[in-house]
Amino acid sequence: MSMPYLEFLRGELGPGLLDGLWVSLVVIAPSALLGGLIGLTAGVLRVYGPRPVRWLTECYVSLFRGTPLVVQVFFWYFALPYIRVGGHGIVLDPIPAAILSFALCSGAYQSEYIRGGLNSIKRGQIRAALALGMTTRQAVTSVVLPQAFRRALPGCGNEIIYLIKYSSLASIITVNELTGTATTIAKNSWRNIEVFCTLGVFYLLLVTVATGLLRLLENSLSVPGFERPQS
Amino acid sequence: MSEATPILEARSLVKILGGNRVLENVSLDIGRGRVKVLIGPSGAGKSTLLQCLNFLIPPDSGHILLEGREVEKTSKRELCAFRQQVGMIFQDFNLFDHLSALENVRVALMKVKGMSKLEATERAVAELKRVGLADKATLYPANLSGGQKQRVAIARALAMDPKVMLLDEPTSALDPELIGEVLTVIRDLAQAGMTMILATHQISFSASLADEFIFMERGRIVEQGSPADLLARGAQSRTQAFCSKISELTGESGQSGQSGESGQSGESGQSGESGKAGAERRL
Repeated sequence: MSMPYLEFLRGELGPGLLDGLWVSLVVIAPSALLGGLIGLTAGVLRVYGPRPVRWLTECYVSLFRGTPLVVQVFFWYFALPYIRVGGHGIVLDPIPAAILSFALCSGAYQSEYIRGGLNSIKRGQIRAALALGMTTRQAVTSVVLPQAFRRALPGCGNEIIYLIKYSSLASIITVNELTGTATTIAKNSWRNIEVFCTLGVFYLLLVTVATGLLRLLENSLSVPGFERPQS
Repeated sequence: MSEATPILEARSLVKILGGNRVLENVSLDIGRGRVKVLIGPSGAGKSTLLQCLNFLIPPDSGHILLEGREVEKTSKRELCAFRQQVGMIFQDFNLFDHLSALENVRVALMKVKGMSKLEATERAVAELKRVGLADKATLYPANLSGGQKQRVAIARALAMDPKVMLLDEPTSALDPELIGEVLTVIRDLAQAGMTMILATHQISFSASLADEFIFMERGRIVEQGSPADLLARGAQSRTQAFCSKISELTGESGQSGQSGESGQSGESGQSGESGKAGAERRL
């Protein structure tokens, strides 16, 4: 009575998941980029910012690492419209709400890796830069940060891999990305095993590609003294 | 500016770290082309003094004057301009680890002096040549020996055209066979007329270069004078007592009570030789 898997894949599941994959990418790519940027900024501010700014960024990180991501997603999508600022509520469409949640959460984690990277750079590096007449800002941006970033990259990459997978949470606020699409197809076809296994394979492929890209980035930034330990 | 105006002058520097008075009212000045050597036991405040001189460690009180003009330490711009004119060499080199030797020398020329990449590269190559490392320009710090790292650090400081150089135990972190190559560069600098304040434990080497020894202990300058006077046989100086203790420990012989000249030929030859021999062994 039911058609073979390959036919199901070619006719319904494949095209459906490819559409979902596209939406997933639309969510993941800006979230990763924005999250990285937020993480970099927050990380630098946590180490080198003036005290009040340091305190603020600490609060940001505690808040977004300390609450479940689902709660954050619900907040931006369901609760934000009820917060009235000058008589207006802010209503976000599902995709922007998802991107905002993921970027802010990812940024909090990324800042932790950046902070660790910055702290791993010896004080002497910044002192040498200052002794040459650089400003603190120049010393941080052109001496400390390039080194810290290389040290932080494996951790940051890891966070992007996580992000790829927690992007599936967007489905709960009606974004039809991979997981959302798969759930719909599964409901309609009753072929749960095939659908969810195939969905898993899609994420696996996505993560594999991302891992490869991150490795390329790591290799292109590799200099003696900062290379990946040979195992 | 008159001839007599010191290039760099420190007046009554005081620095308190963790409740300890690390610098206790230290004053010193140095004229153009002079070499002054800070000696004394570790913890005497030599390193703190050098770092106070370019505000890497801001002194708690006191004044610093460059060519007779007081440095306004609250102005960031003035501080950066001041530091460009005061080169600093660190014990542990502090090369920028992510940059090649050439880039290490070039980066501040571009960022601080605003030179074009081409101009900065030319200057960096010239400075590396001056310290004998033209062929190592593309290597990263991880692939350089300690002596080579320190020479790159010297090239990096020289590229900024400093009016005075502060050297904080430049050979203390080096393997014995690598010390010679760095001392040679420092001697060349002194002979080329560079103004220098040098903290070191290389007594006989520095005796051959120094116009003045400054002996520090517990944050104070205890003695100062020409090496010949302080190290003269029977001088009964603290400096001499300290130096003979060092020479006992290191097996360096006969530096106390000798004039600068003989100290120079004796030690430089030795360390130069051993430097070369060391390099050959490594190959």
